Amino acid sequence: MQDAAIQTTPRVYAVKRAGGFTRAFNLLVRWPVVPGTVLSILVVLAVFTPLIAPHEPLAASVRNRLAPPVWYENGTTNYLLGADTVGRDVLTRLMYGARISLLVAAVALVTGTVVGTTIGLIAGYYGGLVDEVLMRIVDVWFGLPFVLIALVIAVILHPSLTTMMALLALFTWAGFVRNVRGEVLTLKTRDYVSLARIAGASNTRILLQHILPGVTNTVLVLASLRAGQLILTEAFLSFLGAGIPPPTATWGSMIADGRSYLRDAWWISVFPGVAIFMTVMSLNFLGDWIRDRLDPRLNQL
Amino acid sequence: MQSFIIRRLFTTILALLGATLIIFSLSRLLGDPRLLFLPPDGYGISKEEYAKLEAQLHLDKSVPVQYGYWLGDLLKGNLGRDLSDRAQIAPKLTKRFGPTLKLALAGFILATVVGVPLGVLSAMKRGSLVDYIARSLALMGQTVPVFWVAILSILIFSVWLGWLPSATMGEGFAIRNYILPTVTLAIYPVAGYVRIVRSAMLDVLDSEYIKLARAKGVGGWTVTWKHAFKNAAIAPLTFAGLLLGGFITGSVAVETVFAWPGLARYAVEAVQTNNFTVIAVITLIFTGIYVIANFAVDILYAYVDPRIRYS
Repeated sequence: MQDAAIQTTPRVYAVKRAGGFTRAFNLLVRWPVVPGTVLSILVVLAVFTPLIAPHEPLAASVRNRLAPPVWYENGTTNYLLGADTVGRDVLTRLMYGARISLLVAAVALVTGTVVGTTIGLIAGYYGGLVDEVLMRIVDVWFGLPFVLIALVIAVILHPSLTTMMALLALFTWAGFVRNVRGEVLTLKTRDYVSLARIAGASNTRILLQHILPGVTNTVLVLASLRAGQLILTEAFLSFLGAGIPPPTATWGSMIADGRSYLRDAWWISVFPGVAIFMTVMSLNFLGDWIRDRLDPRLNQL
Repeated sequence: MQSFIIRRLFTTILALLGATLIIFSLSRLLGDPRLLFLPPDGYGISKEEYAKLEAQLHLDKSVPVQYGYWLGDLLKGNLGRDLSDRAQIAPKLTKRFGPTLKLALAGFILATVVGVPLGVLSAMKRGSLVDYIARSLALMGQTVPVFWVAILSILIFSVWLGWLPSATMGEGFAIRNYILPTVTLAIYPVAGYVRIVRSAMLDVLDSEYIKLARAKGVGGWTVTWKHAFKNAAIAPLTFAGLLLGGFITGSVAVETVFAWPGLARYAVEAVQTNNFTVIAVITLIFTGIYVIANFAVDILYAYVDPRIRYS
């Protein structure tokens, strides 16, 4: 006879396994596949440009000026995306422009991040007068419209690659200070900091060993969100003529070059813009993903 | 409230002085400042003029004294001479300020009229197609380069379709000339508005008193506008500083591409012709506007949200 342990047939709830398409979609969203791919292609193109580019970026060929892209009836495979006003290949210049944009943005971002984080750390940790003064400087800096200052600097300094990097670094450093300082203020009160101080650690050691790792997440998120902005700013300054001087191929200056030829050769202006758009979008998506993974509190940014 | 106003006023004045200091020190401390005043057409100036510049710029005195002279001149209204035609800058500025203001105002009105309701709609119908489209547009609006969109719009609407004129302001108040520049200028602010208003509305809609209103049976529209929106409406104020910065940058782009006879385009022309005096003055003007507007917004925000006064 069956005892108290009544065996009931377990109800089986069939959970439908997600179909292939849904699983692919979920994978796409969990990992930044699309922006990652776009950016990887871009970086590879930029790094290996001298090997893959079909032409020289400065090689003018007046016979081929304003040549149309390959899908036009008189377009050739020689100029896949057409040629510009003096016959330079648009595709090649796009690739070389990618090098410049990525290089300038990367250097400026790293420099600005390091400087901004350092100042934020110092302001937050030491507090007092140092904090006040530094924050005032940051407030003043925020109160200024950057583009116009950049234009003034362009008139006085006649920018080159290095001055552009410095300029853009100036653009970004202030954006880190407030957030890093806030983080430091929170971390300062933690027990491990007090314990380190009791153990006799110097201020520098505490800052570098204990507090810096705590702000790394915030800094990474902020940096990744700024990267796209830097590329946009660099392109804008180049477009206005306040950037890296011609004949260097930059996306912004290519767009400016093509302005007078919209009717006859729209490709000179359009393709660099597409490149900028895709790069910045990818960087922004990547930044959003990093933010969602590392520090969702910064969602308002 | 008083001490808050005073503190913010202090920072504002500091920012203005800071801007003048930056421009001044850049111009005087990097090489021979007289080189900046060489006319842009490339011809050198005569030896007498060069010597006269030394007296004009007070180069024999120490740098802080030079700064004092320069600042004094600015405050007295002597804004210097345009290097390309040696004319006084001040009358030119007044002539070109109007167009910039009109375009900026048009852009602002369009952005507010389109952006705010879109943000509210996006929040109310969260997760729907409308929300999705609005958020995508907002994302694109903040990532795409404004000057390129301007060129693209000229390509599509002027060159290929021929519907709209591609440049200048036109006579009187030619609406057709306003359409493309205004829409292009409004893209970035609309994107910003949609995100901020949507985010603020979502926050508010989650709050207790909204739930209570709904529980009481208050209808959807009333809940949206009378209760939620009024509280979410101050959120764009926090964004106003960035918005204004976006307008300044946007004006530079739009005026340049559409050949709009405004102040921002004057600045770009000055850069391209190495016209230092002009770009310095225009930068200070825009900086002044930017700084004062930020100050006003801060005061307004502190008036509306008393918690800010103690920060």
